[in-house]
This record gives sequence, C-alpha cells and structure tokens, in this order.
Amino acid sequence: MTDIQAERREKIARQFIAAIPHAVELGMTLEEVSDGRAVIAMDYDARLIGDPETGVIHGGAVSALMDTCAGAAVMSHPAAAVGTATLDLRIDYMRPATPGERITATAECYHVTRSVAFVRATAVDGDASRPVATATGAFTIERAKA
Amino acid sequence: MNRRPEPVQVVKQRRDATLQKLVAGVPYIQFLGIQIDRRGDELTAVLPYADKLIGNPMLPALHGGVTAAFLEVTAIIELTWAMVWEDMEAGRIGDEAAAIPLPKTIDFTVDYLRSGLPRDAYARARVNRSGRRYASVHVEAWQDNRSRLFAQATGHFLMPQRNG
Repeated sequence: MTDIQAERREKIARQFIAAIPHAVELGMTLEEVSDGRAVIAMDYDARLIGDPETGVIHGGAVSALMDTCAGAAVMSHPAAAVGTATLDLRIDYMRPATPGERITATAECYHVTRSVAFVRATAVDGDASRPVATATGAFTIERAKA
Repeated sequence: MNRRPEPVQVVKQRRDATLQKLVAGVPYIQFLGIQIDRRGDELTAVLPYADKLIGNPMLPALHGGVTAAFLEVTAIIELTWAMVWEDMEAGRIGDEAAAIPLPKTIDFTVDYLRSGLPRDAYARARVNRSGRRYASVHVEAWQDNRSRLFAQATGHFLMPQRNG
C-alpha cells in the first residue's frame, strides 16, 4: 500500500469517528487504524459511572467503545465496505475498569466474507496485561450499489 | 388478627422511592436519559430520543453501543428490582439505608434485529434464572411496535453478596 493510500484510509477513518455523534459525545479518539484493525481510546468521565459506590464506568459505555472500535476495524478493511452495521456483539466483562483510567479498545477483523465481517476486540486500562473486557461480533459489509 | 391492607399511596410511594434510588444515583443512566415506567412490579425502560445517541448520521440510526447500553441498564434494573422486591414490600428498605448493591455483568450478548430509528425506544427485561450467585436475564427493545423488536439481548450477572 502506498503512503497516499494509507493517508487516505486514515483520513476516512478519522472522519468516520468524527461523524458519529455518540462517539464524539463519549470523547472517543482514534489512535490507530490499518487494514481491518483499529484502536480507539476513551478517557475516564464521571458522566459514565455505572456504580456510584466505586466510580467504575458502566458496562454500557465499554460496549459503545467496543462497538465503535469494531465498526472502525470493518471500515478500514480492504473489503472496502461503504458502510457497516452490527449484527451481534457479545461482551465478556473480565474485571471492573480502574476508576480514573482511560480505556483503550483494539479491534481486528479476523475473517471477512462478501457480506459479513467477524471481529474480535479487547479493552484495557492502565494495566494492559489484564484486559477489562473482550468482545466478539458479526458486522454487515454494505457495498456500493452496482 | 387480620391486618388492614396498607393505603395505596403508601405502597406506591415506597415502590417509586426504591426505583428512584436505583436510577437517580447512577450517572450513566442520567447521561443516556433513561427513565423507568412502573405498573405494579412491571418495569418499562424508556430511552427518549436525543441527537447525541446517533451512531450513523446518514440513515440516521441509533448507535449500536447506545442500544447495548440501554438493554444492559434495563437488565440490571429489572434484576435488582426483583432482588429487592420482598424487602421493599416488607418496608425493610428505608430512605436512610445504604445504597442498594448492584449485580455485576459477566457477559452480555446483543442481537441487532433492525436499525434503531431516531425516536424513543422502550425495553423490558425478564429474569429467566436467578440463583444465589448467578442470574440470567433476557431483554427486548422496540420502538413504534411492541411486536417489532429492534434488538434483544441475554446477559449473565454475578449477584451481590447479601446479608442472611
């Protein structure tokens, strides 16, 4: 892939994040993106607390991060989807995210067919050796009308 | 001795106060704007439409993460509600008592059936199995038609350790 292609793909992916009102609302930032792989981070935010006793972020916010990251991975895949939608997403919550720490999700398309992308994602906080959550999902590949 | 039934206002006030305690204290529920309708013990979660909930502005459609979060919030509230019901009815949950401990999500699987339209969404959860340590909850969400679900989910939860 040439630098121009890489630049173009990165630009498209960044615009993809900026164009998602809910991703902007949650303060997500795209850290990396390439051929079916994306890394998106989300800063700790008191508005996202799910357990006021502990200050731990709600699982739903982690789901939103995982879903966005998986979607970005699909969009950056060479299959060149013009759009994608989540068919199903399963999240396993391994441990509570540490309050105050930013959460970073990495998603990867591990298999892509003409119409479906199978994606795996992992979310970590400051301690990257112990994931906060993992996810697997199936996403549609929307193609431009011929 | 035959006790007279409690006045209806007392019962309603107690149930609504407990529900309020479950919802008002959680910032993320407020952030999404989720409200809970109650009819007896039946709860319906309501997600009023807001622009910030959009994931695909071209369609436009609700963000898949918003849908997942809405379903998970509904499942947790329903499960907690079922868990505290007896204590609440017996008047053992006072205003001064400590916060109600919440179940923790172990896993959550969302099935997206159609895209979420830019309008209000509703959800109801059913506790399929609730043991001392683990629970399994199913949730359904719809918009205009109750029979046309736009998403459903199943989750497993770790129950909080309770006294007794």
